[in-house]
Amino acid sequence: MLSEITLGQYFPGNSVIHRTDPRFKFVLTIFYLVLIFMAKSDVAFLFVLLFTASIILLSRISLKLILKGLKPLVFIIIFTAVINIFWISGETLLVDFWIIKIYAEGIASAVFLVLRLICLITGTSILISYTTSPVELTDAMERLFSPLKKLKVPVHDFSMMMTIALRFIPTLIEETDKIMSAQKARGADFESGSIIRRVKAMIPILIPLFVSAFRRADDLAQAMECRCYMGGEGRTRMKEMKANPLDFIVTAVMVVAFAVVLLLNQLTIAFSI
Amino acid sequence: MMHAVELQNVTVVYGSGTPLEKTALKDISLKIEEGSVVGLIGHTGSGKSTLVKLLNGLQKPFSGKVSILSEDVWKDPKRMRWVRGKVGLVFQYPEYQLFEETVYADIAFGPKNMGFTGEELDKTVRSAAKFCGLDDSVLLRSPFEISGGQKRRAAIAGVIAMNPKVLVLDEPAAGLDPRGRTNILDGLMEYKKQTGSTMIIVSHSMEDIAKYCDYIYVLKDGSLMMEGSAATIFSNAEGLFEAGLDVPQITKLFIELKKRGLVERTDIYTINKARQLMNSLLGGESDAK
Repeated sequence: MLSEITLGQYFPGNSVIHRTDPRFKFVLTIFYLVLIFMAKSDVAFLFVLLFTASIILLSRISLKLILKGLKPLVFIIIFTAVINIFWISGETLLVDFWIIKIYAEGIASAVFLVLRLICLITGTSILISYTTSPVELTDAMERLFSPLKKLKVPVHDFSMMMTIALRFIPTLIEETDKIMSAQKARGADFESGSIIRRVKAMIPILIPLFVSAFRRADDLAQAMECRCYMGGEGRTRMKEMKANPLDFIVTAVMVVAFAVVLLLNQLTIAFSI
Repeated sequence: MMHAVELQNVTVVYGSGTPLEKTALKDISLKIEEGSVVGLIGHTGSGKSTLVKLLNGLQKPFSGKVSILSEDVWKDPKRMRWVRGKVGLVFQYPEYQLFEETVYADIAFGPKNMGFTGEELDKTVRSAAKFCGLDDSVLLRSPFEISGGQKRRAAIAGVIAMNPKVLVLDEPAAGLDPRGRTNILDGLMEYKKQTGSTMIIVSHSMEDIAKYCDYIYVLKDGSLMMEGSAATIFSNAEGLFEAGLDVPQITKLFIELKKRGLVERTDIYTINKARQLMNSLLGGESDAK
């Protein structure tokens, strides 16, 4: 039950996107987000859709997994669509029934927004979480934010905390499973009764979970000290991040995509006038 | 005779229909008699934990039937609490499940869920604590400030307090010192003797299995590889080695002695048996120290 969460998970692989420098991926993701919102005209947006599809193909992550990652967000997507369909008014009235008025513009904007949301979620999850291991990700963030060190921001410490937090998510999920089994074996019931009863039933899980989390934190701190961890000062890396030609090619592709979207926006405006 | 536990052609598959599909247990059938002490051995990943979870309905079989005291576990989901009360399951490192303010309240959690109240509850908590060697002064302390060995006892007492007819223990003595080991296992045997319940012990310690169990099941890669009395199982040392297991130290000694032509028998698996054999070899005197 708890092992079915795919959003925010890393799928190891060796595709072009997996091999791109995580720092570049990080910055390019921001560009990609801007790109999605810049596309104003239909043609430009179609191009963004094609661009997203090619990212999916390049990452070689199965469509099934991507759809599974979208599952938890179905409610938000439907909610946005419904709001847009019913609340946006325009010129072409399609349905006029009692107080419900649906305009063609509303449907168009709903389709736009839903597609935009899907692009947003799949694009960022592929570029960042699905193809980048948590360690690479936090390393990249540390490097990108390293200028802040001049302002006495403890960048290394923050990134180490993030790495540890991410590392322990699966461990804690496993632990929760174990504790739940143990308490169920003692007759605990998590599935029935009123809300207050169910919240109360969580206590036998939460207390042991917190106790063991603190114990683990203690052990980990000691193990790190035993291996002479002293913070980021003068620490070297096993994997130095170095930009290679591939990273610049990927960046070039992104810049071209940017230009194409701008151009398509201009063209459609020009044609409509 | 009624069987305490009966498994008929049970198969368990994890993640069925996904690329991560894994068969944890393959076509297992076994019958455990009431009042017996059964050992379950197998190397890591052989399916022991899955088998243990089947016994009180924490794991649903993919196919096959699991019966407890001649009742099908999955026939009526409403009876699940009854099943959980009849089959007490002590997981590995059970001390991590303690959560109440006092040891007493923690031991009472299980029986309370089973509907024990008032004097009956008090009686079962205190008798469970006694079987596990916890005295009254410990009962009022917080389960987080007592020693590791006492935590283990408290957690096991929490399961015994439900008065289970079948007690399943996954490595009950792992990580304890030798005296703690003997004390806990002897206490559990005392419980078994007084209540006539059935015990199933999962352990990697061949010495413990040899000392306490009447009957042994050997699991290998999700299948039952061998079963039989301690003497049968431990005289088949090659089979156990193949399953990634071992024989008790004393049996190893006798295997070596046989190689050197000094003794004939290798079905010796406890110190007591070895002592008897040595005595008879030395001329039947019984002054062994």
